[in-house]
Amino acid sequence: MGSKAGDSVDIPPERHAHVRKLLERPGPFTHPEFEPSKEAFDGFSSIVRVLIVGAGGLGCELLKNLSLLGVKQLHVIDMDTIDISNLNRQFLFRMTDVGSSKSETASKFINGRVQGAQVVAHHCKIQDKDSEFYRSFHVIVCGLDSIVARRWLNSMVCSLVEYNEDGSVKEETLIPIIDGGTEGFKGNARVIMPTMSPCIECTLDLYPPQVNFPLCTIANTPRLPEHCIEYVRILQWPKDNPFETETAIDGDDPNHINWIYEKSLERASQFGITGVTYRLTQGVVKRIIPAVASTNAVIAAACATEVFKLATSCSIPMDNYMVFSDVEGIYTYTYKAEKKENCIACSRSVTTLEFPLEVTLQRVIDYLKEDPDYQMKSPGVTAIVNGRNKTLFTHVIEQTKANLSKKMTELGIINNEVITVADETTPVARDFKITYKDAGMES
Amino acid sequence: MTSASPSPKSPEVSEKSKKYDRQLRLWGDHGQNKLERSQVCLINANATGTEILKSLVLPGCGSFVIVDGHRVTQEDIGNNFFLDVDSLNKSRAECAVRLLLELNADVAGEAIADHPDSLLNTDPKFFNRFTVVIGCHLGERVLATLSKVLWESGIPFLHVQTTGMIGWIRIQQNEHTIIESHPDNPKSDLRLDVPFPELVSHMDSIQLENREDTVKTPWLVLLYKALKSYISQGRQNENVSDCSPPERYPFSGKQKTEFKNYLREFLRSVGLEDMDDSFEEALKAVNTAILRTTVPDEVKAILEDAKTSKPENKFWILCAALKEFINDRDGQLPLRGVLPDMTADSEKYIKLQNVYRDKATKDANEIFDKACQIMKQSGKQGLSITVEEVRLFCKESHNLRLIRGYPIHEELASSPNSVLVDLAQNMEECDQELMFYIILRAHLRFHNEYSTYPGSDDSETDISRFKTTMMKMLNEWNTSVVAREDCIHEICRYGGAEIPSVAAFVGGTAAQEVIKIVTNQYVPLDNTFIYNAITSTTRSLKLAADL
Repeated sequence: MGSKAGDSVDIPPERHAHVRKLLERPGPFTHPEFEPSKEAFDGFSSIVRVLIVGAGGLGCELLKNLSLLGVKQLHVIDMDTIDISNLNRQFLFRMTDVGSSKSETASKFINGRVQGAQVVAHHCKIQDKDSEFYRSFHVIVCGLDSIVARRWLNSMVCSLVEYNEDGSVKEETLIPIIDGGTEGFKGNARVIMPTMSPCIECTLDLYPPQVNFPLCTIANTPRLPEHCIEYVRILQWPKDNPFETETAIDGDDPNHINWIYEKSLERASQFGITGVTYRLTQGVVKRIIPAVASTNAVIAAACATEVFKLATSCSIPMDNYMVFSDVEGIYTYTYKAEKKENCIACSRSVTTLEFPLEVTLQRVIDYLKEDPDYQMKSPGVTAIVNGRNKTLFTHVIEQTKANLSKKMTELGIINNEVITVADETTPVARDFKITYKDAGMES
Repeated sequence: MTSASPSPKSPEVSEKSKKYDRQLRLWGDHGQNKLERSQVCLINANATGTEILKSLVLPGCGSFVIVDGHRVTQEDIGNNFFLDVDSLNKSRAECAVRLLLELNADVAGEAIADHPDSLLNTDPKFFNRFTVVIGCHLGERVLATLSKVLWESGIPFLHVQTTGMIGWIRIQQNEHTIIESHPDNPKSDLRLDVPFPELVSHMDSIQLENREDTVKTPWLVLLYKALKSYISQGRQNENVSDCSPPERYPFSGKQKTEFKNYLREFLRSVGLEDMDDSFEEALKAVNTAILRTTVPDEVKAILEDAKTSKPENKFWILCAALKEFINDRDGQLPLRGVLPDMTADSEKYIKLQNVYRDKATKDANEIFDKACQIMKQSGKQGLSITVEEVRLFCKESHNLRLIRGYPIHEELASSPNSVLVDLAQNMEECDQELMFYIILRAHLRFHNEYSTYPGSDDSETDISRFKTTMMKMLNEWNTSVVAREDCIHEICRYGGAEIPSVAAFVGGTAAQEVIKIVTNQYVPLDNTFIYNAITSTTRSLKLAADL
């Protein structure tokens, strides 16, 4: 065997001749700050620190692309382990890796293949890392399938932005996020410059809330095979407890899926419904999103190119959003998504929420969960009442539940009072000013 | 291959179907079977080439062959993930095959350490064994020769190239037919304007007497009844001018608005309230459900193709049968037999669904009989067509697609007039991608003349050489179009460099085009794609011979 990556051997400069051409020569389409030089590649290669969030379909591709482009200091964070269904696209994993850590397996592979690569794995949740960790990167690339995790990370990076006394942004505190997402043959890639271009929360309406079948349809008038599967999953499973009492459904346990499949078949035949299959059952229970190697390759490549542009100025970064689909031909559309002026994550303004005077805490919480602009998951609410910090509601403290039915005014929230909301979609609590309709200017 | 003890009633879930689960949801087991039977040939395992193969080996193409006479250089190791430090100076074909095979134990691979031109010399039929051939960074002459050979043998051929921030995919196929095109928004086929007898008698058997019944009735029934009464009252004939023939059904936007008012009254008259689900659903459905039952233009064009009178394969036999069916049926396609979900009582919905399904089965059986007949008449008994295949064909008959290609060797021998017209019209603000297309053509020519890419060593001197090549080419094309100075400088800056992430973008898209071609599902690019990583934009072009 020859010398392997990780060895402290000198890498011949011609190794990166292709990428070097772009960095050593001037061009008509470069960023105004671009300075071509023989040293540009080495500077880029050794100095730039990039965090890859997610070591799945996009993450594996990003690791490959960025390490080939020459980025040595790569970190990858993922809490997941490898599943057999990942192998059709997550190309750094083999059958023998099933069950191992994604981030660790992927880093090991890259470090073994690409000489000079020093990928560092973090096998943990993104929430386990603090702001110091995220602050240490020049660029963060995001290859996540979870919207909540994406929102959390976005809010984290937005919260790292610091301002000068005159209110202007300290540019050195801006960390660009490159975000990719795929679903079947469709995907998108975007460049987020916190406070300058739209962030995830600015464009939250791009993720429509998940639509579920109405419970009465599932329970009483099923028509589709999916209705039958949802009936078994939601209603029959907790009633029958087919395995052990109160065992939650494990979508990866074939015994569980088998049971649901068979019961769904039974229910379907009672109603004359056809089309229940094992694959459909698993798809509904696990809410499986189809995925294929090519789309992940394309979107991750688009993201990596943007990282390269940002880090080297060899071209102007995309402003700011590209959608991709290859269902019919190859289609892309690149456009400038709009920033939201009063965005809760990337603007400094405190959002004002207006309610009727008799609004209850429950209603306020429901609003924060249901409104397409906020889509919170389980908000907890605190406020300063009579000079003291008071927890109005949090699902972890039983006693606060009694507050839900109370009016906000009864809880001491007068007109123009600020409430602070914590939620799993953000690492930093959000302030909202509450105003009441017809409450007048005085309070 | 099998998983842990499936219970007798449950289907066996093999390792394979677990591994491929996420993609089987896109192209099904039948698509997967076709993919697994495919034999792919890649010429030149450079960064773009191995990226294409990666996205074919992972989903499980049957086998691949790499034809590549190059030896691995330091540059190759630096930008190609499927070459490692141990590959230096070895055969690039062999090294890439070894590392690509690690990706999927179900795929076979073979290396041929030779150049395509010498292979073509010794064995002109060498490439005829493949399902599809992909060439990366081919020289202009090899490209033309190969294009001719593969066009004549009817084998799909892709030429893929990336240069710096620019990517280029060109697909050449004589003929590609698609049954399952998977449109994003398939139109519904409910036949409200031409209800078939079984639908009429089912609808007539339903009485909307009390509210209790009506609220559980599918909107389709409500819509049918309202339409029937709307038409019998002759409401539709108001305001009809002499120049357009009277339309019985509300197809136009204006008529639909008027009908919606009628529908509202009707729904209230059968006991529904504005807030009821079926009330809202019925109103919403007016736009999408009341459609004129016709044969889409694309399908019409396919059925008018000469091949339907001399069918040579299954697709054309089915089309010939479909054509006969449509003639018998006064211009109607076989019923799709697919009902959207609608709020309703299970029994009422399922009954209605079965009316549509039964009719679809009946139509499909008729087409099956016709197809068997045509097979006999045309002496194609060797083919076997199953009822299931015919059913799928009928269900998708609204979405049939046909692509007729344009050979690359003809493209290379003529001027791209449609592109030039486009460019001439807006020289100032033309799409960079169109400009890059003609520059890439000159790039090929340049490589042919100098055996090197512009800017390989010194971009400054090559700029003037490249400009000369470019100018000569534009002169030959007899066009007033002038190549943009900035784009020429940019292409010479690249010196033929392959940027890994650009190769990955183009490789991923090219691989999916191959999958579409071998599975006969979804609609492949027709026929040219330019990727511009400078602006993160793309452009698709359909190049064709001048008429």
